[in-house]
Amino acid sequence: MRDDEAWERLHLERTWGPKKGLIGWLSEVHHTAIAKRYIITAFVFFLLGGVEALLMRWQLSGPEKQVMGPDLYNQVFTMHGSTMMFLFAVPMMEGVGLYLVPLMIGTRNAAFPRLNAFGYWTYLIGGVLLYAGFLLNVGPDAGWFSYVPLAGPQYSPGKRVDIWAQMITFTELAGLAGAVNLIVTVFKHRAPGMSLNRMPLFVWAMLVKSFMVVFAMPAVMVASTCLAMDRLIGTHFFNPAEGGDALLWQHLFWFFGHPEVYIIFIPALGMLSSILAVFTRRQVFGYLPVVLSMVSIGFIGFGLWVHHMFATGLPQLGQSFFTAASLMVALPSGVQIFCWLATLWGGRLWMRLPLYWVLAFFAVFVTGGLTGVMLGTYSVDQQVHDTHFVVAHFHYVLIGGAVFPLFGGLYYWFPKMTGRMLGERLGKWNFWTFFIGFNLTFFPLHFLGMMGMPRRVYTYGVDRGWQPLNLLATAGAVIMAVSITLLLVNIFWSLKRGEVAGDDPWGADTLEWSTTSPPPSYNFLHLPTVRGRYARWTAAEDQPVVTGVRSDRKEVLVTRLLDAAPDHRAELPGPTLWPLWVALATGVFFIMCIFTPWGVVVGGVLLFITLTGWFWPRPPYKEELAPEQPS
Amino acid sequence: MRRLLPLLLACTGCGGLRMLDARGPHVARLRSLWDLLFLISAVVLAGVVLMMLGALLRRRGGSRAQVPEVEAHSVPPGGEGARPVDPARERRMGSAVGTAAVLTVVLLFVITVANASTGAALARLRSPDALEIQVVGHQWWWEFRVQDADPSRNLVTANELHVPVGRPVVLKLNSRDVIHSFWVPELTNKRDLIPGQQNTLELQADRPGVFKGQCYEFCGLQHAKMGFVIVAEAPEQFEAWRNQQLQPAPQPTDPVAQRGQQVFLQGPCALCHAISGTDAAASTGPNLTHVASRSTLAAGTLPFDRGHLAGWILNSQSLKPGNNMPALTLPPDDLQALLVYLESLK
Repeated sequence: MRDDEAWERLHLERTWGPKKGLIGWLSEVHHTAIAKRYIITAFVFFLLGGVEALLMRWQLSGPEKQVMGPDLYNQVFTMHGSTMMFLFAVPMMEGVGLYLVPLMIGTRNAAFPRLNAFGYWTYLIGGVLLYAGFLLNVGPDAGWFSYVPLAGPQYSPGKRVDIWAQMITFTELAGLAGAVNLIVTVFKHRAPGMSLNRMPLFVWAMLVKSFMVVFAMPAVMVASTCLAMDRLIGTHFFNPAEGGDALLWQHLFWFFGHPEVYIIFIPALGMLSSILAVFTRRQVFGYLPVVLSMVSIGFIGFGLWVHHMFATGLPQLGQSFFTAASLMVALPSGVQIFCWLATLWGGRLWMRLPLYWVLAFFAVFVTGGLTGVMLGTYSVDQQVHDTHFVVAHFHYVLIGGAVFPLFGGLYYWFPKMTGRMLGERLGKWNFWTFFIGFNLTFFPLHFLGMMGMPRRVYTYGVDRGWQPLNLLATAGAVIMAVSITLLLVNIFWSLKRGEVAGDDPWGADTLEWSTTSPPPSYNFLHLPTVRGRYARWTAAEDQPVVTGVRSDRKEVLVTRLLDAAPDHRAELPGPTLWPLWVALATGVFFIMCIFTPWGVVVGGVLLFITLTGWFWPRPPYKEELAPEQPS
Repeated sequence: MRRLLPLLLACTGCGGLRMLDARGPHVARLRSLWDLLFLISAVVLAGVVLMMLGALLRRRGGSRAQVPEVEAHSVPPGGEGARPVDPARERRMGSAVGTAAVLTVVLLFVITVANASTGAALARLRSPDALEIQVVGHQWWWEFRVQDADPSRNLVTANELHVPVGRPVVLKLNSRDVIHSFWVPELTNKRDLIPGQQNTLELQADRPGVFKGQCYEFCGLQHAKMGFVIVAEAPEQFEAWRNQQLQPAPQPTDPVAQRGQQVFLQGPCALCHAISGTDAAASTGPNLTHVASRSTLAAGTLPFDRGHLAGWILNSQSLKPGNNMPALTLPPDDLQALLVYLESLK
């Protein structure tokens, strides 16, 4: 029996394992490997964005400080926003989803492995482009929102905004690739028995998020492409002097930009739900309301973009409509919070590190949610709009709503990804310094906003009375920096010396904990089956496994959308360099377009060649398939 | 709490929470909406945090070493180690969650209605005989045009606006270049200045005072130093100010000032600035007809005095890097004459 198992594992490893060497590394298409690259790259960008934040806080710690001039400051705040939104938050959530979803639903790889690799390379090229520009002093300086006409050809000459616009196009392309991949993986590759109503909440969250990506990202890609065309070939989409419209940009941008917040936040809700179930040692209260809340946030999230534009002078009726829509989203958010509180109330709290972050989430995120209600209310928004009050609000929502659960998720899933636990003592220091530093940094900004301090200012006058609170905020930012340093120390220390985790250190419910830590290249020795929402908690003593899937081919089981009944076997493609070539061709296309319209021609030809290579039919395993085909 | 917080901030040397310090009917109205929202938020936040802390203190279990058992529906029963949940407790929690959701709907409804009625109340404050002032945003200064039924009494000034106390004022907002945004926390809500679009904003000051405003929409290099001053004063004083601003600049009599005028008109100054009563009529930069009557320089950035004026003329780029005024090199005598002339433009 054990020999059988070893033989099987050997076969699976030979089939699914990566190729050797640099070529092997570059041609990798397995979801765990790609996802780890996403996560690490996004984390590096998070650190860079953090350094930019520290620079800004240093500059603002006192009036008329000369750490940076306005030109550099504008680049730095633009880089901070663009990095955190496009290069950290979205790809990080995407990466965590790509890592966990195939494991949680019990399959061997994502549905489109090569698309996955393509997405990562595109994202990497976009991020490197942005930072190369910044280092060469052509970093974008019109804000992460790049409002026209300021970002238009007349008021932002040079290539700075073009680099920003193309970075957007790159990362959105990567986002779309990941989203399509996740949707199909979730819909078609779930373990037998995992009907839609038994999917883990995390998987639901990633599904909702992916659909939001599919509908939101095209808006900003259209916007960034129109902006690039305005700048490069003299179209006038956004030029009021030629019949264009400056506000059109804002509508397109926020039609994406508001859902973007939920694209970042909903996956975090999924992580939070996973952690909550495991550390309250019970099922999450109200599975159905929580799922419906996520889905309805996904819908309502598209109907309230105008609350970012309440100061643009819209008609009263429109403002009232979008206020009502903005407040409506508080209902599903509230229902979720209530369900989680009930879960806490009905559970037996197991006070381990992941739960600390989740508990902090409640205080921090609800604060941000409530200031969000204020901002969604147009009368109040027209006062605090574009002041530091808004800065405080969205850091409470995004750090509270996404980064706190993400760090909880890091402590929770780190053992699965690396095989070792993160250190407990350093972890507690990390948590408390982050929590205190965060509130010290961002709570005072509410008051600064009410005192009238605008956003995006590189300095302020000595006579404004804004110094004490700014200094306090800067002190908080330093504490947060210390906290992140502790986290890094903990990660590197634990990678080498951390306690060995074993398959399932938490007694968790989802399927990723039923395989080894870290998972092998084939994820599971036997594809699992499921008979309840909490797969491992509800598994029978003799829970069956899937048999009859070949281990000498990259075969996975495809199941039906609703009930996850087995449908057929499918073979997934293996490692190849083509996604990298296509991504590089895309890179040439977009980057060359910054300088000349000929980029479309050159890039188009390169893309044609590389895509042909990618899709060139490879010989199927004729001799082996033949007997299986009915003649 | 409402009294305590501003007091606390004042003690620490911070400026006041200007947004709550209403000096006119608009912000007073907004203040009562703010108070309602603040109260609701405080209660909700306290409730959530208390619930969480309650759960935290209530039942704990498990140690580092031992993984505690779980509760979950196990259908069909016989799962691995999961105890079924207690149905009575789930029902109680269900009704608690349901009640909280209903309360949420009620609160959201209250907020929606309060918000809309605030909007309606602000709209009712509009008045047909309001004083109309056109505000034009420029990178990085403000142009104010006080309108009058008699077009010959339309006046143009920059960066400092006087308004009469007790009379409604309607601002017509527009921009010549990029998007800017207008806000005086004590007097108004906020409105963008958008090229190709005219927005309106009402304000009214109830008491005399001097208020600082600035641009709130990121507008490029000197967004931070695009300020202005609003002086609310008694109607008589306002009329006096208006009449004085309508006068063309006085012809200099003193020879130094006369030379200064020559420097102004023959040098690069006149390419961008206007002084009525002279040949200088450009509108790229602020109108300087009565520049010496203003309290600030460089769009609310520097106090108006000879030292700052000289520094600004010679090297504006070090005071407000990136602004559109080039650095000038003037012989000392010319500079002195120019300063004397500009200071005479009361």
